[in-house]
Amino acid sequence: MPLAALKALTFLLCLLPLAWYGWGAWHDLLGANPVEAVTRGLGIWTLNFLLITLAVTPLRKLTGWYQALRLRRMLGLFVFFYATLHLTSYLWFDQFFDWGAIARDILKRPFITVGMAAFVLLIPLAATSSHFAIRQLGGRRWQALHRTVYVIAILAVLHYFWLVKADLAAPLLYGGILCGLLGLRVWWREQERREQLAGKYQPKNISRNSNRIIPILPER
Amino acid sequence: MKTSTPSPAEITPPEVYARRREFLKTSIGAGLVAAGAVSPAPTFAAPRKFGDGASQRDYAGGEAPTPLQHVTGYNNFYEFGTDKADPARLAHRLKTAPWQLSLEGLVKKPVTLGIEEILQLAPLEERIYRLRCVEGWSMVIPWLGFPLDALLKRVEPLGSAKYVEFISAVQPETMPGVKGRVLDWPYVEGLRLDEARHPLTLLALGLYGEVLPKQNGAPLRLVVPWKYGFKSAKSLVAIRFTEHEPRSSWMKAAPREYGFYSNVNPAVDHPRWSQASERRIGEFRKRPTLLFNGYGDEVARLYSGMDLAKHF
Ligand code: HEM
Repeated sequence: MPLAALKALTFLLCLLPLAWYGWGAWHDLLGANPVEAVTRGLGIWTLNFLLITLAVTPLRKLTGWYQALRLRRMLGLFVFFYATLHLTSYLWFDQFFDWGAIARDILKRPFITVGMAAFVLLIPLAATSSHFAIRQLGGRRWQALHRTVYVIAILAVLHYFWLVKADLAAPLLYGGILCGLLGLRVWWREQERREQLAGKYQPKNISRNSNRIIPILPER
Repeated sequence: MKTSTPSPAEITPPEVYARRREFLKTSIGAGLVAAGAVSPAPTFAAPRKFGDGASQRDYAGGEAPTPLQHVTGYNNFYEFGTDKADPARLAHRLKTAPWQLSLEGLVKKPVTLGIEEILQLAPLEERIYRLRCVEGWSMVIPWLGFPLDALLKRVEPLGSAKYVEFISAVQPETMPGVKGRVLDWPYVEGLRLDEARHPLTLLALGLYGEVLPKQNGAPLRLVVPWKYGFKSAKSLVAIRFTEHEPRSSWMKAAPREYGFYSNVNPAVDHPRWSQASERRIGEFRKRPTLLFNGYGDEVARLYSGMDLAKHF
């Protein structure tokens, strides 16, 4: 599929969850407590997109589907988009912009604290997603900054664990998937380290380094 | 125990007999509604409803009851799953006939009663109560039932009985949720004896004029309107009188978060979320939560001198 078509398709697919909640709210399809359904639905989709974004690199390595990398920035920006909507639904429908109560909640309730931390850490990543920002920062610094996504993902899953009442099945599932995605990276790194120690490592590989997380910039 | 000559209490008065027949008929009706086979609108040309002739009293300050579809479609009944839509989808499987309730423990006259015998204990009343869930939402529900005390009196609690434990049904063949260990099954709740005997404490057998839908805890459940909803145990099979404070399923699951009393109290937060306000199902804005869910005039004296933050 041509890249432009793939990107357009991905963009539309990423809007589907939002379209569903909009449609459902309008036509009263969200059950007895639509407000809760929207807040929770947006939270779940923030986490879904976060894990999908983290799956890009493993997917590319395991399947050799190199185009996937070209979608990663858009997916990452959708994480931020849904996180912003999720936060807005909390500020509006849960607290009705009662800033005192919101401040107390952020300080007092670990699951809100952790969710807020995840959101705040997302902001610099969203702000430095452009090619311009990558050039300004330089690849290494950009890469170091964007590694916070691992911390964000861990905070997001922790946020989920701390908010459920008793049934840990869903947070455990998400936690398991995250462990898998992070575990693969740790394992690959370890392989690479061993190769280096064994002297098999060839620095010239860097140019097509399969472990690269810096986007391939178009030539100037 | 069967005796050859029936005692006067065993001879069913005609109106109770009629109500019993109605209970059976509407039980089947409610089952069909729960199964999604028919709409919740009246489905049979019954001349009388289960709740016909019941006295009516509003304990919710004139507020309109929450629509039936929400009362029966948005439930926490973990025996059928932890999603609030699970009970409406799955509870139709619950086997409610025959049903026996055992009254046991520190009582002079332990007994096991069927539904028909329970229906003879007191006239049915319709009572419109507020229900506040610990999760921060609430409803207004027209229950049908009678004060629990009418049942408790019958077994003559001993002086040593200080607490009452409520035990819900476990039917592994009909309840997918009890295979998991989300909570310790059977579901257990408890009240102090004086709370259990309080005139607001209801033994409910119906709602909205009909027998209890299965997802709401058929065939009979507890309703304690000044406590968080989880205290009002559903589908009861045993009521046990004890000397010591019972440990409820939620206390076992998370002792820091759920105490024995669990009175609705806007000033005592759940460790993980605020209890200061609530969303009435069907409304957009939240409203302030009331101490004892607004039943303080009736029940506050039960807790005089107690630190409600400590005894949460
Ligand atoms: C990257 C950031 C975040 C992610 C991935 C995330 C994810 C989630 C998830 C998965 C849920 C559970 C949904 C469910 O139970 O089905 C949730 C619920 C919730 N989140 Fe977040 N969240 C994030 C940030 C935040 C922030 C910043 C806040 C508020 C300051 C927040 C407040 C809430 C609240 C209040 C709920 C519970 C809703 C309810 O119980 O009705 N979240 N979130």
